[in-house]
Amino acid sequence: MTSAVALSGLVKDFGPRTRALDHLDLRVEAGEVHGFLGPNGAGKTTTIRVLLGLLHADAGRVVLLGGDPWRDAVGLHRRLAYVPGEVNLWPNLTGGEVIDLLGDLRGGLDATRREELLERFQLDPTKKIRAYSKGNRQKVALVAAFSSDVELYLLDEPTSGLDPLMEAVFQDVVQGLRAAGRSILLSSHILSEVEALCDRVTIVRAGRAAESGTFQELRHLTRTSVVVDTVKPMDTVTLWRGVHDVRVHDRHAEFSVDPGELNDVLAHLVDLQVRSMVTSPPTLEQLFLRHYGEDLSAPDGDRDAEVVTAR
Amino acid sequence: MSGFTGTFRLVRLAARRDRIILPAWILGMAGFLAGTTAMFEDNYANHPQLLEADTRIVVENPGMRVLGLVTGTSVGGYSLHRDGLTLAVLAAVMSILAVVRHTRQAEELGREELLGAGVVGRYASLTSAVITALAANVALALLLGLAMVVAGQPVPGSLGGGTSIALVGVVFTGVAAVTSQLLSTTRGATGLAGGLLGLGFMLAALGNMLGTVDSAGLRVTSAWPAWLSPIGWSQQMRPFADNSWWPLALAAAMVACLFATALVLVDRRDVGRGMWPERRGPAHASAALLSPTRLVWRLQRGTLLGWSIGLLGFGLVFGALSDRIEGLKGAATEWYATFGGNADLLGAYWASMLQIAGMAVAIYVVALLLRLHHDEAQGTLEPLLSTAVSRLRWLGAYAINALAAATSLILVYAVAMGVTGGQVLGGSASLVRDLVGAALVQLPAIGVLGATVVALITVLPRWSVGLSWAVVVFSIVAGPMFGPSLGLPSWLLGLSPFTHVPNAPAVAVSPGPLIGLGLAWIALGSMGVLVMRRRNLLLPA
Repeated sequence: MTSAVALSGLVKDFGPRTRALDHLDLRVEAGEVHGFLGPNGAGKTTTIRVLLGLLHADAGRVVLLGGDPWRDAVGLHRRLAYVPGEVNLWPNLTGGEVIDLLGDLRGGLDATRREELLERFQLDPTKKIRAYSKGNRQKVALVAAFSSDVELYLLDEPTSGLDPLMEAVFQDVVQGLRAAGRSILLSSHILSEVEALCDRVTIVRAGRAAESGTFQELRHLTRTSVVVDTVKPMDTVTLWRGVHDVRVHDRHAEFSVDPGELNDVLAHLVDLQVRSMVTSPPTLEQLFLRHYGEDLSAPDGDRDAEVVTAR
Repeated sequence: MSGFTGTFRLVRLAARRDRIILPAWILGMAGFLAGTTAMFEDNYANHPQLLEADTRIVVENPGMRVLGLVTGTSVGGYSLHRDGLTLAVLAAVMSILAVVRHTRQAEELGREELLGAGVVGRYASLTSAVITALAANVALALLLGLAMVVAGQPVPGSLGGGTSIALVGVVFTGVAAVTSQLLSTTRGATGLAGGLLGLGFMLAALGNMLGTVDSAGLRVTSAWPAWLSPIGWSQQMRPFADNSWWPLALAAAMVACLFATALVLVDRRDVGRGMWPERRGPAHASAALLSPTRLVWRLQRGTLLGWSIGLLGFGLVFGALSDRIEGLKGAATEWYATFGGNADLLGAYWASMLQIAGMAVAIYVVALLLRLHHDEAQGTLEPLLSTAVSRLRWLGAYAINALAAATSLILVYAVAMGVTGGQVLGGSASLVRDLVGAALVQLPAIGVLGATVVALITVLPRWSVGLSWAVVVFSIVAGPMFGPSLGLPSWLLGLSPFTHVPNAPAVAVSPGPLIGLGLAWIALGSMGVLVMRRRNLLLPA
């Protein structure tokens, strides 16, 4: 089985001083939902535009559905659907007209599925694009994309304007596509969404893939957070190995623990006689914060040392 | 706290945003007037007989009266006759764009909402836009006056002349204030104001063509239609002769009425909407939308309809005036030498009128093709090209629409002129046939301009809009209407595609120039295609 998307060493510069993508690697296997996580300006949209053949890669290898998107954009576009992050459509056409137009130009859409999706997303197709709110314009793009039965869906922050109910509908539709064996690249900065939908995830920052893997694999990289009350005072907690971000108040402490040191820390805690304890598994949220937090504070040299590839 | 709270701050915001564009308009117009006036001063200052003879030409020839109103002999008056209409139209366009930019466009892009949430009264945006445009017109009046003084003209006439041009800008400031309230889109508000400008031009031209000439042959009195048009009022100031200032009062009263109307409309509508509710549309696309070519057709058809009606009107009017050309004698016939000699006066008249229409159609084509750039920069290109549509198909969709629109516009005009011309002269059928043929030879020059725009959009996308309009203005100024009388060197005239348009129907068409234009068309178009296939798209962030 080939990969739906295989990028390696992708470089894209905008002018001599702006490097948008800096040797980015990204691999989406056929049939998987792949999360593409990163903060604003990390290069997610630029990556997708290179995948669509709208921008030309300055260096690196780009393979989309087995072809080169720069040379064979039209042929490949028949096999994919795209939802842009910023939905700019023709203001004087109706939503229904835009859905039909984009579907037809892609090579046809499934009329039954179109009606079903309009129903599920509660979208009125008779309104002009300029009369829609941002969220409704996004729904137009989503219905247009999902009405086509294609191999690959490229979704660029597709839910940024949707309310929670509509987001649930979106997740439902994506689950359905996954069950049907379609490949999906879902760029997002909403972690719960990615966590709920994606088989694997690539985290991008400053134009490079910082980490990539399954959630299981990525969680090994993060610390467990602990909130604990003990009978004896916890003055020594800061001295234990593998303990970070400590906040101690007499007999109450909050801290996080490196995955390898959990046993030792537990042994110390038993000595202090635990009265109550809450541990939470590492969430992607923390992983995310950990990366971007360091991104803000660490000097450049350190940052490169932090880059870990889990796969 | 009134509806006008915050107006002054918004004027400062508008001034900050327009600090380049408005001075560029004003200085460009003043520079053009100073340069041409100095040239006429050079030609005529020591040759009063020559000035009188040339003035007689533009008085007695109804075709030349389209350009303006003549009142006695003076270098300043002659300069304003040659430049006045162009400058008046430019002043109106500057004002319309400025008002729409700060009212309807701000609403359409959602900026108005942000401003309106601040301590800003309901009328503040509209009022600040009108104040900004009026201030620009005051500066325009003074600088145009200064330009003529610098070129050696008397001060009172120069100031009157500058004011007469700015007067048109003042009235259209009011017009745009109203159209911005009526229609909910930038394109609609600009288009309606532009259509009214075209109507004003037509009424003034008609009034002057139907006007009467005094016994000395040096003064035209306009017929009534000219009094319905702000351009007509502007010309009634007759600078360098009567120096009447009362048309200014007429314009002031007009702009006050229009502004008051706009304020009333503001009270009666919601922010972001026009006066009419947004209509619903079809839930499904018809087959008439489902290809890039049909999509572009759908997006341009409203504008094309407006232009067709305008050109139909001009064609009917200019055709009906053909009999006035037939009777011309003597000096009045000289001007037509440029358009194929004065042996076939009527033929030369039609040739000149078709070439003017050709220039107008070129403006339409350029505006249409510039949508290629707007598609790219404003983001509608991204969803289109992410389907199975190639870049070439997208370019081709616009090219086909531009060609079809240009052909139909010029044909509507030629047929209309042939029908009414044939009625006053006899023999509509053969005249229509001749004019249709003569209209079609306008197309290669229009094609060259269109291909230039495509090449600019692909090679220099960021600068394409300004450069394209600069090329259009240059091509018209260096073309046969103005170029020869401006004394420009012939190589410069040769750069304008309009210079190479055959003078049909006055003169038989020779294939050479058409082949040359065709080759330039193909070369520029191919360059655009080749570059477009390779370059990165300039998509919004």
